[in-house]
Amino acid sequence: MAKLDVQIKDLRLKNPVMTASGTFGYGLEFQDFVPLSEIGGIIVKGTTLYPREGNDYPRMAETAMGMLNCVGLQNKGVDYFCHHIYPQLLPTGGTYIVNVSGSSPEDYAECAARVDALEGIPAIELNISCPNVRDGGMAFGVTCAGAESVVRAVRERYHKTLIVKLSPNVTNIAEIARAVEAAGADSVSLINTLMGMAVDIEKRKKVLSIGTGGLSGPCVKPVALRMVYQVAKAVKIPVIGLGGIMTAEDALEFLMCGATAIEIGTANFIDPAVTMKVRDGINDWLDRHGVADVHEIIGAIY
Amino acid sequence: MKKYVLDLTVKSVERLHERYVHIKLTDEKPLPQMLPGQFVEVLVGGSPTTFLRRPISINFVNKEHNELWLLVATVGDGTRRLAQLQTGDRLNCMLPLGNGFSFDRSADAAGGSCDDANKVLLVGGGVGVAPLLYLGKCYQDKGTDVSFLLGARTRTDLLLLDEFRKYGRVLVTTEDGSDGEKGFVTNHSVLQQEHFGLIQCCGPTPMMKAVARYAREKGIACEVSLENLMACGLGACLCCVEKVRKECKGVDDSPVAETPATNVCVCKEGPVFNIERLLWQN
Repeated sequence: MAKLDVQIKDLRLKNPVMTASGTFGYGLEFQDFVPLSEIGGIIVKGTTLYPREGNDYPRMAETAMGMLNCVGLQNKGVDYFCHHIYPQLLPTGGTYIVNVSGSSPEDYAECAARVDALEGIPAIELNISCPNVRDGGMAFGVTCAGAESVVRAVRERYHKTLIVKLSPNVTNIAEIARAVEAAGADSVSLINTLMGMAVDIEKRKKVLSIGTGGLSGPCVKPVALRMVYQVAKAVKIPVIGLGGIMTAEDALEFLMCGATAIEIGTANFIDPAVTMKVRDGINDWLDRHGVADVHEIIGAIY
Repeated sequence: MKKYVLDLTVKSVERLHERYVHIKLTDEKPLPQMLPGQFVEVLVGGSPTTFLRRPISINFVNKEHNELWLLVATVGDGTRRLAQLQTGDRLNCMLPLGNGFSFDRSADAAGGSCDDANKVLLVGGGVGVAPLLYLGKCYQDKGTDVSFLLGARTRTDLLLLDEFRKYGRVLVTTEDGSDGEKGFVTNHSVLQQEHFGLIQCCGPTPMMKAVARYAREKGIACEVSLENLMACGLGACLCCVEKVRKECKGVDDSPVAETPATNVCVCKEGPVFNIERLLWQN
């Protein structure tokens, strides 16, 4: 049994396998399939200061080896999370991280501050990369100045581990990562979804209600790997890799590109127990190759 | 209800005319408890384009033979691949999902009047007849009298009629008049001649909307089963949402938004909805 635990600033993960925001609900939906306490970290749905209804249906289109979604941050707001959902999470023994989104730096900061008050939540993931909302979201994540402004505002009000989730819809992701690091982020996670679209040729219409959506699934993995590699070389803070991970082998590729931990997203829809299979698969690979500690392979390709 | 991911064994695949297959699945162990109106997310292997699971409604549960039946219309790559399954193949199924019809609580619970509570009409269209078979069986087990009103474009699209006849009276409409009464289900004479306490319906959306309109006019309680496009089937991805009335009981007990309607997951809070909850404007 290899040593699998990793550390992201003050956030201790018993293994490097996390679940990506928006793909695992609050974990509770998956309790019949996975022991939640065994997952490295569970990143819960994008949470905003105020409730959001999200975009209209249809919000999803299947693509070759992936899917597009334009959910648009549907959630009941941070106060609902604190009062109704958070108390249900604690007894599961899971490590929970809240994904925080907003439409202004002040919104982000206020939302983060309310999560800061929750003793059992050791970290947040700041979503400056949602492609599906008009007000804010990705708008902040595609420029260095925008990203910095949000991270600085949140850093003032949030005192635990701050992860910032980056958008791949930029020309130079390493530049954004450096800006976020300079503004006080403890870690970056990448990639959020790639903006795409789909057309219904019979109706001669866009498939998704807002026209465009975020592409996820195994089809984005090569792009995600390349970006994780570029960012890991550019920053000193730990990098969390995600994008199309379906198997332990996929996860190992990310680790070798420099990711300290990984997130599994769309794969949860195909196999609700995939997280445990990936964790066990990483462990088996390490054992098979005589590697005693997962840290030995992080960034192994450079 | 506890959910499972099981590799079920294909017992038989029967082609019903060109566009439909009837798949019977079994397992070494007893199948989990399932309710009529719930569904299964099946994993279609070996396709580069069918990436997500496919939600298929539970057509029937044969407890005696430990069988789960699925009725599948071949509409795209995923369902065409399901149609190619062979006896002995394994099919990975996540089940049971969704809420199901409110059969165990009778028409009373669905809002029907007590006098008519024992007269139930199950209305199906096309492949949407699928979940009504098991529902009819569950009613029969309870001693509740059901009538099936099944509609199709033409005679060959009427599916499993002999099975339906085991559990109740079967009334039929076809759009071309090739079987039963000519027209849509809402044109059937039984709706003028008899009164029902509860209508439960599954089929194409325009048909369900027409049935809902009829039920509302007559003041009959009515449930419909929606089939919005979905990914996870567990209420996690929030893709299959339907807008429902906020003030309706059971929708949401939290005073979190001022919007008159709210999006709920069809996979989790549905697929069966009382029409009073939906925003269908007729």
